Amino acid sequence: MSEPAPESPGEDLKQPDPRWHIRVRGLTKHFGDNFVLDHLDYDAERGKVNVIIGASGAGKSVLIKHMMCLLRPDSGSIWVDGTDVFSLDSHELAEFRRRFGLVFQFAALFDSLTVEENCAFPLREHTKKNKEEIRAIVKDKLAALGLDGTQRKYPGELSGGMRKRVGLARALVLDPEILIFDEPTTGLDPLATRNVDEMILETAARYKVTSVVISHDMASVFRIADRISMIHQRKILASGTVDEMLANRDPYVYEFIRASGVAAAGAGAA
Amino acid sequence: MAEAPEDETTFGHAVWIGVKDAFHPVVSFVDVLGGHVILAGRALSWLPRRPARAANYLEASDYIGFGSLPIVLLVGAFTGMVMSLQSVYAFRTFNLESYAGGVTAKALSLELSPVLTALMLAGRAGAGIATELGTMRITEQIDALESMAVNPIQYLVLPRIVAAMIVGPILSLLAFIIGMGGAYFVAVVIQNIDHGQYVANIKSILTLSDVIQGVIKSAVFGFVVILIGCYQGYHATGGGRGVGLGTTRAVVFASVSVLVLDYFLSDLLLSLMGTPK
Repeated sequence: MSEPAPESPGEDLKQPDPRWHIRVRGLTKHFGDNFVLDHLDYDAERGKVNVIIGASGAGKSVLIKHMMCLLRPDSGSIWVDGTDVFSLDSHELAEFRRRFGLVFQFAALFDSLTVEENCAFPLREHTKKNKEEIRAIVKDKLAALGLDGTQRKYPGELSGGMRKRVGLARALVLDPEILIFDEPTTGLDPLATRNVDEMILETAARYKVTSVVISHDMASVFRIADRISMIHQRKILASGTVDEMLANRDPYVYEFIRASGVAAAGAGAA
Repeated sequence: MAEAPEDETTFGHAVWIGVKDAFHPVVSFVDVLGGHVILAGRALSWLPRRPARAANYLEASDYIGFGSLPIVLLVGAFTGMVMSLQSVYAFRTFNLESYAGGVTAKALSLELSPVLTALMLAGRAGAGIATELGTMRITEQIDALESMAVNPIQYLVLPRIVAAMIVGPILSLLAFIIGMGGAYFVAVVIQNIDHGQYVANIKSILTLSDVIQGVIKSAVFGFVVILIGCYQGYHATGGGRGVGLGTTRAVVFASVSVLVLDYFLSDLLLSLMGTPK
């Protein structure tokens, strides 16, 4: 088992690291009396699918919202390629966020816009491309995800799986370096779940992005993860590859994985 | 043996709890008021900054202005009519019914048009905006905006409050005009007041200052009503029930704020630009 990358005294977080793309150090956050994260350290590996698992309410979503600076911590820092994200001013932060694509749990598509308008939204906001160029990019991204032909539909007319794929297409139009998925398979049937898993893997392979995926669907986790980290009691309890996590004998990790009932299959797949 | 827990039923502690509970509404009020001021400040600080997104302003103006026009005109017309009817009957006691026009015009321009327009905006546009933004908040659409490096306050709140400050006075003026039409119809056509005397009294009693005061009030009311709607929606929590509660609060807070603000604003405007004696 490999523990979370420690904050060694000589660690220079201001220098981009060839292996680690996102580095979280000492992140602490509480809401009222509820301590969610407590001096949490975490590293996401560049170009890999990094999955964060943990019980409901463990703080997974809070952690990824900090990565994009959608939440501010009580203390701690997050470094992306040597940049401390919490030190950025509003203008720098806007630029910084363009490096990320966030796929929300329920897609968070704008109800009043069509699929095409949803996907075109970031391009209209952040580029000077004309309508034809934008339409071509959107068509390309939608086609890559098997959604060509849905351009004129509204989100309410789509199935859950299609909405998630549209959410991914919207996240991809600005060619982000880092893609974050917030529980991408929650509420989907097994076939749709497998399709979303394949979509995550294909996206990671095709666009060479660093993916951070939150999930507690262990079947899905074993299919897609290059690296798994578990949050428990406000900290990262364990991190490692699928094999390392399966071999982990920490009682909570062992119980969490075995309780899913897919450990054997996962081990086989791994 | 486990140590006994610290006794919390001391007299001092009970007094402290009592004082805290007694002042809780005050603290909550100041907290909410401060939240509104901060939201307004953050929104207005985006006004000179690009991108301007003219389409968002037009869309907000369309929703708040054109969308509210039928109900505002209906309310304006019937308010003018009933005000005229009551004035004619009241002044008839002293054979002064031709003064009904001037009194109705003064009341409509200074108070009834701005206040009733604001109340209609609170019930329709304020509630609608609270629901829309609240739904966007709980379905993470506002987070999505932020994740796409679009400031949600600049994108969602600023166009709505600016639009309300512009279309609020226009709606109020239209309510005043149609209200005066209704008042004229009731007084001159139904109650047989002399047209010449009726119009002459309006001209002698109503001043430009009255209309301007009404316009200023409408701009302030529009700003307050839509700001409250935006605040309640933007800070909605707790799923569908939370959105519903936010919408209710938006209507109640906005209506009460308009009526309370009306007194202080009237006092200020009358002292600054009231009709000279």
